[in-house]
Amino acid sequence: MTVSRRGFMAAAASAPVLMTVQQGLAQGVAPRRGGTLQMMLTPEPPVLQIGVNQQGPTLAAAPKMFQGLLTFSPTLEPQPLLAKSWTISEDGKEYVFSLQENVKWHDGRAFTADDVVFSIMKFHMELSPRARAIFTLIETCEARDPHTVRIVLKQAFQPFLLMFDATAAAIVAKHLFDGQDYRTAPAVQRPVGTGPFRFTEWQRGNFVRMDRFDDYWKQGQPYLDTVIYRIIPDSQSRRLALESGQVLLSQASDIEPFDIPQLRQRPNLEVNTNGWEYFSPLSWIELNHRVKPLDDARVRRAMSMAIDRNFIINRLWFGVGKPATGPVASTTRFYDANAKIAAFNVQQANALLDQAGFPRNAQGVRFTLKHIPLPYGEIWTRLSEYLRQAMRQIGVALDLESTDAGSWARRVGNWEYETTINFVYQFGDPTLGVERTYVSSNIQRVTFTNTGGYSNPQVDALFQAARSAAVAAERQRAFSEVQKILVEDVPQIWLTELAFPTIYDKKVRNVITTGLGPSKSFDDVFIAG
Amino acid sequence: MELSRLPGFLLRRGVKAAIVVLAIVVCNFFLIHAAPGDPASVIAGQSGAADERFLAQLREQFGLDKPLYVQLWIYLKGVLTLDLGFSHRQQIPVWTLIADRLPATLLLTGAAFVLAVGAGVTLGTLAARRVGSWADSIITVIALTFYATPLFWVGLMLVLFFSVWLEWLPSFGMATVGVELHGIDAVLDVGKHLILPAATLGLFYLAVYARLTRATMLEVADQDFVKTARAKGVPEGQVVRRHVLRNALLPVITFAGIQAGQLIGGSILVETVFAWPGIGRLAFDALLARDYAVLLGVFFCTSVMVVLFNLVTDLLYAVVDPRVEVQG
Repeated sequence: MTVSRRGFMAAAASAPVLMTVQQGLAQGVAPRRGGTLQMMLTPEPPVLQIGVNQQGPTLAAAPKMFQGLLTFSPTLEPQPLLAKSWTISEDGKEYVFSLQENVKWHDGRAFTADDVVFSIMKFHMELSPRARAIFTLIETCEARDPHTVRIVLKQAFQPFLLMFDATAAAIVAKHLFDGQDYRTAPAVQRPVGTGPFRFTEWQRGNFVRMDRFDDYWKQGQPYLDTVIYRIIPDSQSRRLALESGQVLLSQASDIEPFDIPQLRQRPNLEVNTNGWEYFSPLSWIELNHRVKPLDDARVRRAMSMAIDRNFIINRLWFGVGKPATGPVASTTRFYDANAKIAAFNVQQANALLDQAGFPRNAQGVRFTLKHIPLPYGEIWTRLSEYLRQAMRQIGVALDLESTDAGSWARRVGNWEYETTINFVYQFGDPTLGVERTYVSSNIQRVTFTNTGGYSNPQVDALFQAARSAAVAAERQRAFSEVQKILVEDVPQIWLTELAFPTIYDKKVRNVITTGLGPSKSFDDVFIAG
Repeated sequence: MELSRLPGFLLRRGVKAAIVVLAIVVCNFFLIHAAPGDPASVIAGQSGAADERFLAQLREQFGLDKPLYVQLWIYLKGVLTLDLGFSHRQQIPVWTLIADRLPATLLLTGAAFVLAVGAGVTLGTLAARRVGSWADSIITVIALTFYATPLFWVGLMLVLFFSVWLEWLPSFGMATVGVELHGIDAVLDVGKHLILPAATLGLFYLAVYARLTRATMLEVADQDFVKTARAKGVPEGQVVRRHVLRNALLPVITFAGIQAGQLIGGSILVETVFAWPGIGRLAFDALLARDYAVLLGVFFCTSVMVVLFNLVTDLLYAVVDPRVEVQG
């Protein structure tokens, strides 16, 4: 069965990490107390209060201060965090979480079930589009006693637990937010959580500092005294800082992919691409179906066939990540390995376009499309330059227009584009992170919805079936079916399953142990002597 | 310069300056809003998930749902009371953001300025006194090299040489973070961090001053009053200082005035390469995030600086060359 095979593969993929830890222990490296871990954060987030801000850098740094009820293994199995155990009723509607006792907020107040209820039903419901979409399914959410939370859903919703990681729904202190405007409350500037590190200082443009929370609820943890995030805007300076040991850890897009081969050569550095299983970012050429001839599935299929995804992975990303095979990343639940997009074949792509009635003109061009490279760094420009070359081979001229992040978001959100690049997190389950790009009910004028305007009643129905089915097998059937349709229809031209290397000095241990990579709490991370 | 004229001069210039600054503010306001995208869409684009309600909430919170002229009016009212507004993105008043960053930028650009003027004028004088000698050639070549090399490249090469190979100086940041330093140690620590960025920023201007000083000194040195001074037996050192250099300084002051006006805004590139937490990067980040209030605030400060230094330059002319009169 697909699920178990995927589980096995993910376990195998994470094995090297576990081995380094165990090898470390075998060599007598017990966790060591003390030390300062300097890392980088790019770009600098506007605020660190998770929920008020959900950008990548916030999701990386804030889980040191804030925790969710659960966290997730590389195979996306839920693991206890603020909830020490939980039960799910037979019909999949009732969830009961038993909370850790003796948990304190950084301001000394006790953490209780009331905080959990507030966080779910008020804080995230108001602030987070992602949580809001799911938490509206909740019928009741109540504190049964100070350490028990009971949630009853209106209908069974199988991926529900995935919403309880700190990056999806961090638990915040009710006493600091209730009755205030959550976005402007004073606590936003001085975050207070239950995590292993408490906020101490943020010199904007310079660094964020968090210090060990001595009353942390896990005995003896955290091991580190201080974690510091340096803000270094230039990618070459970041690489230098890492090489010279001025910082010990880089994450996400801190390091440009073309710098990775040299960093792999450094004997003191570990380049680890695991830990993106929960987010499973998938990149694609985002097509606007309102622009002709992109409404023609044959055209989209031909464009997809003209792209050599292995080239993208090997030559542009230097081996980090995997070619995409369809709309669902292979690390996301319910991935179907049998549903695959047509292989790279320029000849067939040309034949398909000939058949579809798009002859080449005197210059060998069938049609011209505008294209906005993703303005998130040099690597995305290179990708678009490759794509321009690949499309030229099938007589499609791509006109590259550069923009900055503000214009990009505005134009994509307003459907004012023809083609661009996008990458989107899948959050472990297709209902949470895949569906939104393809169902017609989610065609909205804002980024990360179905901005392309693809509409297929069959696809809508299958995603709906998978959403409401309570049993995994039933959901798998619907998801397999929808993946088969989508790889033929190619509503977006999937490119790669992105992974971002976490690069760190080998003396830093336990860095990647979950499916959330560097976005974990770091309570077990230590610097070996 | 007659001192009695000064108050009237300052008053007239002050009124003109205020009008100029206000006009700049209005122009900037429209320019910034002409750029596609707004802070809300940027945040939505970076949040990984969004819906239309999310956008509407942000726009309402940021005051972007009001018509543009209302937004301008609100902003102008603020500026007239020296309130530069609020960064909704960061939830911090703009003044606080700018005040936090200003010392870093002033330290960096001030150091670069002193280096450039001091070393530039000295080198230029040296070269002019020994025109045609090997010292002159070396100074000219160095000046030309710095003049022609792009800033960021100089920065990267300095880092490569002094941080990576020699490991003498830190490659980024303004101070060592995570270590408690006090008194002289803290000053020395900042000083060490300052050397590379200040040198990078200063070298280009150093070259300009050196070339400018050399050229004008040579021009002045040929004039009759210098010959007269020599003829009546004034010592050579005094001739150079009082007769040549002082008369050659006017173009240097003009240029220094321009550079001083850029003290706040001119260091974006260097601040980026060296991760220096200054105003330039605040402005750059604000531009990318469409953080209108912050960007307008930085522009406001920069334009005030430019106007201010133009005024100071005009006054300095009169001090250096008594023939120049201040005029409104």
